[in-house]
Amino acid sequence: MITNEVKEAFVLDLMKKNTRVDSRGMLDYRQISVQKEVYENCEGSAMAQIGDTKVIAGLKLDVATPFGDRPTQGVIMFNAEFSPVAHPDFTAGPPDERSIELARVVDRGIRSAECIDLDKLYMEEGKVLGVFIDLFIIDHNGNLTDAAYLASMAALRTAKMPKYEDGKLIREERTAPLPVARDVVSCTFEKVGDKILLDAREEEEVSSSGRVTLATCGDDLLCASQKSGRAGFSRAEFESMIDTALAKRKELLKYI
Amino acid sequence: MAEEETAAMAPGKAPKKLIENGIRNDGRKPEDLRNLKITVGVLKKAAGSALIEWGKNRIMAGVYGPREVFPKHNMNPNKAIINCRYAMVPFSSLEEHGRFGPNRRAIEIGKVGKHVFENAILTEQFPKTMIDINIDVLQSDGGTRVAGIVAAALALVDAGIPMRDIPCGVSVGKVDGTLVADLDKTEDNLGQSDMPVIFSPRTWDILLLQMDGMLTKKEVMDGIDLARIATQRVHEMQVAALEAKYGAAAAGDDDSQDESAA
Repeated sequence: MITNEVKEAFVLDLMKKNTRVDSRGMLDYRQISVQKEVYENCEGSAMAQIGDTKVIAGLKLDVATPFGDRPTQGVIMFNAEFSPVAHPDFTAGPPDERSIELARVVDRGIRSAECIDLDKLYMEEGKVLGVFIDLFIIDHNGNLTDAAYLASMAALRTAKMPKYEDGKLIREERTAPLPVARDVVSCTFEKVGDKILLDAREEEEVSSSGRVTLATCGDDLLCASQKSGRAGFSRAEFESMIDTALAKRKELLKYI
Repeated sequence: MAEEETAAMAPGKAPKKLIENGIRNDGRKPEDLRNLKITVGVLKKAAGSALIEWGKNRIMAGVYGPREVFPKHNMNPNKAIINCRYAMVPFSSLEEHGRFGPNRRAIEIGKVGKHVFENAILTEQFPKTMIDINIDVLQSDGGTRVAGIVAAALALVDAGIPMRDIPCGVSVGKVDGTLVADLDKTEDNLGQSDMPVIFSPRTWDILLLQMDGMLTKKEVMDGIDLARIATQRVHEMQVAALEAKYGAAAAGDDDSQDESAA
């Protein structure tokens, strides 16, 4: 609590001087890297790093039962685990509202953009493939959302379909890549003082009064938005955040 | 956003026309709202309450507090903490039987709802306390999160909790390629995009904006503008509901209209 107040005073003071903790521009990312196929057992995996933030996405494919109203479509499910190792505030136990929000915001963008053609996951009557993407946060130094999108997309892009025989998956025999139609990336903004900045570090998030995540799936196409935090954002602020998110898209796509 | 955690959340390809000759399935024009009625002070025990009947939606909001914080470690020595619980009762939807209590979707809505009221309530006036906002969906018909927040805002006023503004909003979206306001359940499930927006009507700051489906930048901006026009009408209903219980003087002369013109 007290350390947060100290961090906030420090960050707000820097904002007044128009600078950031690491001297970045307000709309610059820290260094990004994405490592693909980090694990062999799961059908797809990736670790995204933005600055010191590390998020692992693991993708498992399972035989699943389709939803009653969509009997010929596969299913996608996202979950996020904030490991206690990632941040002193994270505790073991059932997912809290932050991890539920993160998983749902990533789900929203990837589902809305129709990244996965769910019709192609139909196997036979009553059987479809389920795509389970688990986001495992191991080092939280700010901007988990953008890292989670990068890790999820990279995991989707590297995922291989196992052979399907007699209603079962033969996981040792992986054949075709999982069909992915398009790439989704996100830009997450934080309002700190009266400034809006991209890719906040942890101390900047602590000082933030509001957050907006915008996910894009094309040159002029948005596929998810989430506003949280107490601050209000004006129409003009939204417009400029959308411009930034669309402009940064190319830069982010390089890492997937 | 689709009201259920089912495959219906997948972006749908509408099997039938939802808009024909500019007229929606239920006879509305794109910018029209469904029937809307709000009643303030419907519960005896709660400090403040409101019932909203919006289309087929029936949503109850009730408020307790400021009161002692439980569990204690959540206490903030500088301001009141806000708890916001959104849940749908098991019999609220046309589809299968649900369960009591919040699911993952409801927990997320409670979280963004909480942020809306953290903006509006003068929390610094009530340090070391908590204010509990409960939003219970008794019958759902699309747009329940905005309807719940519109009702909860009035429940807070009814509880006498000082606020900067009365948050208000509406859901907009893209249905059959057309931007429409106040999507009903069918439009929500089968439309291409859904964007619930909550404003602070005094400043028109955006306190909540979620979006799914695919929209261009222009569509998002036009959606915000359409939401603002529709919200103006919903806000008038909010003020009328307060006047109905407390009289015109207590509801205050709403000078926000003048400011918004500027």
